[in-house]
Amino acid sequence: MAEQTWPLPDEPATAALAAQWAKALDGGLVIYLHGELGAGKTSFARALLGAAGVGERIKSPTYSLVEGYLAGDRPAWHLDLYRIADPDELQWLGLDSLADPAALVLVEWPERGAGALPAADLELQLDYAGAGRRAAAASRSARGERLLQRLNGLQR
Amino acid sequence: MGIETSCDETGVALLRWEPAQPGRGLLAHALYSQIRLHAEYGGVVPELASRDHVRKLLPLVRQALAEAGLTPQDLGGVAYTAGPGLVGALLVGAAAGRAMAWALGVPAIGVHHMEGHLLAPLLEEDPPRPPFVALLVSGGHSLLVEVKGIGEYRILGDTLDDAAGEAFDKTAKLMGLPYPGGPELARLAGQGRPGMFRFPRPMTDRPGLDFSFSGLKTQVLLAWQKSDRSEQTRADIARAFEEAIVDTLLIKCRRALQATGAKRLVIAGGVGANRRLRAELAAAGEQDGFRTYFPRPAFCTDNGAMIALAGAIRLAAGQQQGESVDVHPRWDLSGLPPAPQALAGQE
Repeated sequence: MAEQTWPLPDEPATAALAAQWAKALDGGLVIYLHGELGAGKTSFARALLGAAGVGERIKSPTYSLVEGYLAGDRPAWHLDLYRIADPDELQWLGLDSLADPAALVLVEWPERGAGALPAADLELQLDYAGAGRRAAAASRSARGERLLQRLNGLQR
Repeated sequence: MGIETSCDETGVALLRWEPAQPGRGLLAHALYSQIRLHAEYGGVVPELASRDHVRKLLPLVRQALAEAGLTPQDLGGVAYTAGPGLVGALLVGAAAGRAMAWALGVPAIGVHHMEGHLLAPLLEEDPPRPPFVALLVSGGHSLLVEVKGIGEYRILGDTLDDAAGEAFDKTAKLMGLPYPGGPELARLAGQGRPGMFRFPRPMTDRPGLDFSFSGLKTQVLLAWQKSDRSEQTRADIARAFEEAIVDTLLIKCRRALQATGAKRLVIAGGVGANRRLRAELAAAGEQDGFRTYFPRPAFCTDNGAMIALAGAIRLAAGQQQGESVDVHPRWDLSGLPPAPQALAGQE
């Protein structure tokens, strides 16, 4: 499976990368976001949702656990499972709608919902790098692979 | 009866409607996490998962009724949180509340969770009367709302990213405290020395009433990593962080009062219990000539009493829910119907 990395020295760099991802999207996609607290998972998700056409405020879902949006005409879901202690708790989140193949699904702390989430097409790892960040994406499905290929085309 | 199941807490309360002094009519209020369910479970209190409202709700209803010395037949109406919140969690309270009202032949009303928070200070002695400005700061919200009357709400400011309480909890975690460490961070701040660190007051250098607390996390982390990481340094950073949050909230509250001309400021939500915030806002009120109102801590966080109150006000205004079970995971606070003259003595 393909892998790709990007340096993200500052927030505009994160926004620019998210904008490229939004441009490369051509249907539904499930992205797992990994990284320590404060590594920029929510910032990347916010930038991606915004670039994909969500026209409203995109708040942190840490407390509410899940937020739903429309990105253009595509349903979009932003989850943060940090506060989930037991995958049994996920039954209250209304996760059935995540199975929509047309949906854009972004999940922070996906390991806490293991077994109850749709499978990832892509996993994005964000790490601290000095005052900036570093992003590394790995595809986990044919859909994810296609997105990375289109990203490559855009960046060339 | 008021039922709250929108997110983490299961809460049930009983309120006899007394429009002039609503708090005096509070007969019982209980959260699952607080009550003893010995009678219900024969001495063994089971460990139930967070948000397992299905197993928590009915024992809590029985507990509240027993506490008030009432039977279900004594109820005159049932209010439940209909949104915003988690759809599965909301449906538990809505289905149980609507069904109970139907079986008893009494009206039911779906309540907006945030309206419950806004009206919670009316449960105290000497309740504030609209118009007022409310600052709602908790783990999930950082909201400034103009309250002109019941159901007449205008959102003045909201967070663009993290809520104030979330910033406390995550900053605490970044400095090695267990999550959620907001209250512990505030305690540490009391031992911090002034002026050792300084963090920005986000979005106060431009007009507007919105908040943004996410960037403070990185600022604190960089300061912490560059430091000697001693206990005293942790306290010094905690103090500077708390000052940055409190100062930001204070600046925005002053702006909101100025913009609306209101003379009353209501502070609700879990962060409303923060000592520095209370002291600074009270001092600013004396200086600028506005009054501050703080609900007791139990009514700052999610609870059934505020839902019983908001529901009672709306039922008294003649509003009620049809026979269907409707929930609204997303629900605009400013779109609620007004309930004029619902409160006696309203200006």
